Amino acid sequence: MKRIVMLVLIGILILGSGCADSTSRARSVFLLLDTSGTYKAEIDKARAIINYLLGTFEPGDSMAVARIDSGSFSEKDIVAKVTFDRRPSVATEQKRLFRAKIDRFIAASGSSAHTDITGGVVQAVQYLNETGAGYRYILIFSDLEEDLAKGHVRDFPLEMQGCQAIALNVTKLRSDNVDPRQYFKRVEDWQRRVEDGGGSWRLLNDLERLDRILES
Amino acid sequence: MTVAKLLNIWPHAPLLSAFFWITVSVFFLYLARTPAHRSIYSLSRVIHNGLRLLARSTRIAAAGIHARNKEVLFNLGRESTERIIIREFQRVDGVIKRDLSSYPMLQRDMSDQIARMDEDYIKSAELPPPVPTWVDAITALGKISSKDASVAAILEQIHKTINSQHKGVLDEYRRVSSDRHAILHKMMPLWRRLAETLEQASQRFTGLNERAEVIDRHMQTYQEIEDRSEKADRMLTSSAATQFFIAGFVLLIAAGGAVINFNLIALPMSEMVGGGSYIGAFKTSDVAALVIILVELAMGLYLMESLRITRLFPIIGQMDDRTRRRMVWITFTILFVMAGVEASLAFMRDRLAADIQALRQSLADVEVVAAANNWIPTVGQMVMGFILPFALAFVAIPLESFVHAARTVLGSVLAALLNGLAFAFRLVGNVARYGGEFGVNLYDLAIFPSLWIERLVVEKRRQQKEPETAETGALAEETS
Repeated sequence: MKRIVMLVLIGILILGSGCADSTSRARSVFLLLDTSGTYKAEIDKARAIINYLLGTFEPGDSMAVARIDSGSFSEKDIVAKVTFDRRPSVATEQKRLFRAKIDRFIAASGSSAHTDITGGVVQAVQYLNETGAGYRYILIFSDLEEDLAKGHVRDFPLEMQGCQAIALNVTKLRSDNVDPRQYFKRVEDWQRRVEDGGGSWRLLNDLERLDRILES
Repeated sequence: MTVAKLLNIWPHAPLLSAFFWITVSVFFLYLARTPAHRSIYSLSRVIHNGLRLLARSTRIAAAGIHARNKEVLFNLGRESTERIIIREFQRVDGVIKRDLSSYPMLQRDMSDQIARMDEDYIKSAELPPPVPTWVDAITALGKISSKDASVAAILEQIHKTINSQHKGVLDEYRRVSSDRHAILHKMMPLWRRLAETLEQASQRFTGLNERAEVIDRHMQTYQEIEDRSEKADRMLTSSAATQFFIAGFVLLIAAGGAVINFNLIALPMSEMVGGGSYIGAFKTSDVAALVIILVELAMGLYLMESLRITRLFPIIGQMDDRTRRRMVWITFTILFVMAGVEASLAFMRDRLAADIQALRQSLADVEVVAAANNWIPTVGQMVMGFILPFALAFVAIPLESFVHAARTVLGSVLAALLNGLAFAFRLVGNVARYGGEFGVNLYDLAIFPSLWIERLVVEKRRQQKEPETAETGALAEETS
């Protein structure tokens, strides 16, 4: 009897410690918010996306929100970041705090003069790699029109292995209406850069279907 | 060059080419007729014999399973009947200890009552009135002449005296009779009590008689099982099938209870073991919740075993009573603690679910409204969390029935399947055998022109031989 109990205990311990996989199924999301003048009006939609994502995250998942401004490759541009605790009660509290931070940011944010999307993507990849999550998503909430400040170098290949880039709400610019090919070219250019860097690319303009955002 | 072109010897006359090749084929088939027939026959025989052997082996296996099944069925039936008979004897023992242990007292009570009644009866015996000695005196006086006045006066005096004495005796007789009636009246409760006592004793004996009849019935069943009779076989098989379905149904209900239990504790378990870790494809919290439920089930099994309600683990049943009682208390305590833990987890689940719901509502910008009487589901969940482990403990009973019945039912199903398979083998074997004969006939049909020519040639030869034989016979007769 004692031997059987010991065997069961050892089995449970082995199962509980040795086989536990705490990272491979975790999701990590980095949301880039375009705060340039042309896109500032769309920021309320971003709040809805963030709220939706917060509702779907589970303990162990990570999330960060950063703004895209004139020079986005900077920790200062990260508005809020969190890795949710393994205990659901603590994770719920973290979500409340995260939401409050985002609300404060949206209320106080101004518009930037330039749009450094590449810098934000590089920053996102770095953050996602650090989390060690099994599923890594970069959500780019922007019109994808990059407008770099003078002297910024961003024409280098991206390293995006294991990352899924999802462009959300890519709005059409006034010039796109004149020549729609500009819009398609802009999207294709970004798709090429991401896929050349080893990542995958998706475009999601229908924000009524938020459940499709984190589809694997 | 394709095969079709090769075969088409006369390209402008395909029918002629076809006829040529058919003729050639028929010729060669005719040449190969005997070995072809042998081959077809041997192939069909190989298949037929092989399948016959397979069918035989399968039938033997089915018979073995059936015999083994029967053995198990009778053993289980015998064990079950033994348990019932032992239980009946225990009941009889209980009745005897409870009721008949007081029988000597009852008997003494009855004897006392009878003795008192006897005394009273003796007292109430009717005493004969004293013999009137004065009758002789009256007879003598009657002979005296009453003409004399003095004699008449004496006689008158005597008459008065007699009347007075008669009245006295009558009064005395009435008084004594009244006393006797009073004694008999006092005996009435004693009679009633005695009747009641006898009734009680009779009832006790009647109960024992009924038990004895039940035991007789079970003993008869036991005897039939021992004799391996057909009736016992049918009865036990039917009983096993019924048990199988009933126990299976109850186990399904228990599985439903286990699922509810699992859902009660899976979410709060993530608070303890973490919500983001996995074991294989499953969440660690789900596995932990499942382990808790399984441990509760195991404790329930041990408890039922220790109480000797089930007999899945003979080693527990064979323990001495002291160890067994200890085991009862240990398993019950563990079960009780786990039920308490589950009730706490159910409470935690309710809080967590409410918190997550509130967060989702606030994220969706919906006004959070507190539900009225929200303590009711909390209490309900806690009560369920506490009760379900105990309810699951009783799964041991249908589980035992299911395991025992499944052995018999699945054995019967397997035996039936094997018999069906044996039949199929035999059928296919016979089809192969007659298929061989059919193949031979088909072969002959394909080469019927050759066979027809062969028959003509043989016929002609026979006709040529017959005159020669007749001539030879005539010559022989002449010579002789």
